[in-house]
Amino acid sequence: MARSQSASLDRKKLLADPIMVTTIVVLIAFLTLFILYPLAILLVDSFITGRGPSLEVFQRVFEMHTFTTAITNTLSVGLLVSVASALVGLLFAYVEVYVKLRTRFLSGLFKVVSMLPVVSPPFVLSLSVIMLFGKAGIITRYLLGIYDNSVYGFWGIFVVQTLTFFPVCYMMLRGLLRNIDPSLEEAARDMGASRWKVFTSVTLPLVLPGLGNAFLVTFIESIADFANPMIIGGSYDTLATTIYLQITGAYDKEGAAAMAVVLLCITLLMFIVQKYVLEAKSTATLTGKASRARMLIADRSVTLPLTILCGVIALFVVIMYVCVPFGALFKTWGYDFTLTPKWFIQVFERYHGLEAFRDSFVLSLIASPLTALLSMIISYLVVKRNFRSKGFIEFVSMLAMAVPGTVLGVGFIRGFSAGVFRTGFLQGLYGSAAILVIVFIVRSLPTGTRSGISALRQIDKSIEESAYDMGADSFTVFRTVTLPLIKDSFLSGLVTAFVRSITAISAIILLVTPQFFLITVQINEFAEKGSYGIACAFATILIVITYGSVLLMNLAIKHFGTSKYTEEA
Amino acid sequence: MAKEKKGVRLEHVSKIYQDPKTKKDFYAVHDANIDIAPGEFVTLLGPSGCGKTTILRMIAGFESPDEGEVYLGGEPINELTPNKRDTAMVFQSYALLPHYNIFDNVAYGLKLRKLPKEEISEKVHSILRLVGLEGMEDRMTNQLSGGQQQRVALARALVIEPGVLLFDEPLSNLDAKLRVDMRNEIRRIQQAAGITAIYVTHDQSEAMALSDNIIIMKKGVVDQIGDPHTVYYHPVDEFVADFIGESNFLRGTLSEKDGESGVATIEGHPVEVANVGHLSVGDNCVLVLRPEAAHLTDEGVLPCKVTLSRFMGNYQNYQVMVGDTLVKITDFNPKNHKIYEVGDEAFVSFTADDVHVL
Repeated sequence: MARSQSASLDRKKLLADPIMVTTIVVLIAFLTLFILYPLAILLVDSFITGRGPSLEVFQRVFEMHTFTTAITNTLSVGLLVSVASALVGLLFAYVEVYVKLRTRFLSGLFKVVSMLPVVSPPFVLSLSVIMLFGKAGIITRYLLGIYDNSVYGFWGIFVVQTLTFFPVCYMMLRGLLRNIDPSLEEAARDMGASRWKVFTSVTLPLVLPGLGNAFLVTFIESIADFANPMIIGGSYDTLATTIYLQITGAYDKEGAAAMAVVLLCITLLMFIVQKYVLEAKSTATLTGKASRARMLIADRSVTLPLTILCGVIALFVVIMYVCVPFGALFKTWGYDFTLTPKWFIQVFERYHGLEAFRDSFVLSLIASPLTALLSMIISYLVVKRNFRSKGFIEFVSMLAMAVPGTVLGVGFIRGFSAGVFRTGFLQGLYGSAAILVIVFIVRSLPTGTRSGISALRQIDKSIEESAYDMGADSFTVFRTVTLPLIKDSFLSGLVTAFVRSITAISAIILLVTPQFFLITVQINEFAEKGSYGIACAFATILIVITYGSVLLMNLAIKHFGTSKYTEEA
Repeated sequence: MAKEKKGVRLEHVSKIYQDPKTKKDFYAVHDANIDIAPGEFVTLLGPSGCGKTTILRMIAGFESPDEGEVYLGGEPINELTPNKRDTAMVFQSYALLPHYNIFDNVAYGLKLRKLPKEEISEKVHSILRLVGLEGMEDRMTNQLSGGQQQRVALARALVIEPGVLLFDEPLSNLDAKLRVDMRNEIRRIQQAAGITAIYVTHDQSEAMALSDNIIIMKKGVVDQIGDPHTVYYHPVDEFVADFIGESNFLRGTLSEKDGESGVATIEGHPVEVANVGHLSVGDNCVLVLRPEAAHLTDEGVLPCKVTLSRFMGNYQNYQVMVGDTLVKITDFNPKNHKIYEVGDEAFVSFTADDVHVL
């Protein structure tokens, strides 16, 4: 029995479609050149020295005390942060799905908290923790009278990262909990289980794989996080910051490459476990939709403590964000609380505010439609088409999710500063605006592709087949059927890409050249110097831009979105 | 209406799939040889997983055959993509484009063919009149009932005047009454358009009502091809006899033979049979007896004992035991007949013409 005839026929059919073939070839070239190649060059760099292949560089790096400490630091922060984030996320998800909330204020608060990770630029929480709890912190100094509180270090990073990442866990787990059929829990109650017993014996086991999933996703994020350890880490260095310093401080590019390989190995391992073990499991246990609305818990002894706990955390998060614009408006934070526009004026007059705004905005504006389109094309190919290199395309575009920005940044430096394979080919790319745009695209591609894939999976395959059957070629099917049906996902992909690009820092800070001023790079610079007023002013501008674009997106989805014809059908 | 009716021919066509669990290859369709004449209405009938939809999708071009060749209008089409094939499919889920209104859905294929605007408009209106959806042009698809969506899907396929119209269980999402109405409608429209149609279903009454010819499939293999009359009265095997309508299988041996007719021994009793030219004396044989062809009488062919007797309104439903064999009997219009009760001794009666011998 051989399936060779159908394989060769399928290949012929594919080749009869030149647009499709071109798209696939271009995609593969893009993914190879800008994701695989930079990572490969890191391996080459760190294993092959002038005298041939050796482990010399690794030996040298592992003998550095700073590096081994950084590994321990990174892993211990990552472990604690992801446990805490998963648990807080579960708490929020449980309260939203199972508990009757008495006030609309609280559900509004929940919505805000779930949206914050989307619009939040990096640094913001670090800045506000310093301003609230630091030496001149409002809470520590003025409310509690503590004058020498140090927020820098392990606990600073822990608090900031947990608050940054738990909303992601919350949203992941919320989806899972909603899909649990309420009759499962009702059956347990009916057989005499207490509410606590139901939670521990039914609900928890069902979301356990999802919880593991959330844990690992946070772990990867935490390990890869550059911005927060940079600002609030103090002398507590993590892998991402150590690599950065190795390049910018010690000019040791081979060493940085070897360190990047170590960091990459850790995140890749997590990614593989997460994607191939847990993701499959967490969807397998919970298939189908809940058959009926859930009876919400209204028992005060349960609802009161849970809602108070969530309320306090949520309120705390909101205060942290509110803190930043005020930091930009107070004359001297911690000493003089008169309102003044002087920081904003300084930003624009002295610190290239306008250029920073322009460069960040324009580059992100170029990158986001490209990212959105690219991720929709990839999702279309992955979900709806069958061809040989499909697995490669899917794997590489998802792989980018596991690559920390710092690693990608080092890879781009090593891979492109002297041209591809040091041949001078494409050398002009390095230091140009184009490479920044490409990094933006690579960094946002996995998120966009992921949402595109899940949107496309919901569309009945026969809808596209019918168009194909009517005589449309692949490109026409994509343009007239697929894209209109995933318009919502496309729009939100567009805005997510924009927000991610304009708030990006980890890879970009290694690649940006002095002729470009990016807002995030400016924030980092001034926060490191301790000029919190300026940093806050920049951050406020960034928050306004990102929040504005999300509002715009929601408006656009409401007016041009697909909900009006997919809702009923 | 169709520019040109086209015939469809499958020559030694096979399709191999891989079982997702065992990772073993198996034939979803094995060595199918089918010849469909232009203008014919043919049904692919069989239980789920028998390969009927796979055959349809190979004709449409969504699947590629592993062996053999598919011909459309005499031309081999194995290498053509679905959009290059002169076929149009009506999908089980209708697959209407939800972001277009009815007019644009029907006009979609015509626009792809770059027809002038007036011609498109004229064709769409006339086809919507044919399927009874005049005046609904501006509705969105989610404002239509299931039956109406079905008509749009049919109109969309018809309007491009394909050489062959393909149906993939188009009525399975409708309720029973509407299903009967729609199948008459489909037959009427196919006749009016004079188009070749291939129709996949697992519903035998749909197949009987619609088709010029029925192709019965079993586990990837074409079991029998014939018109409704042939497959009902002359099934090639027990599978067909059981799948099309209801059947009793009386097992025994052929004890006498004289040309085409003879006598079979069933549960120790002689039964006169016809058309046994393919058997010889002493062979095992199976008598296919349709429940409506048998009667309960006081004197008759096979003695039996009544084990179930139920009044169903238009018929009396019996189950009787002939020795160890269970026989189902439906007695239509039972008002003026004698009603037998459970436990009664009686006879099963039928003529030699009423049984088909396998």
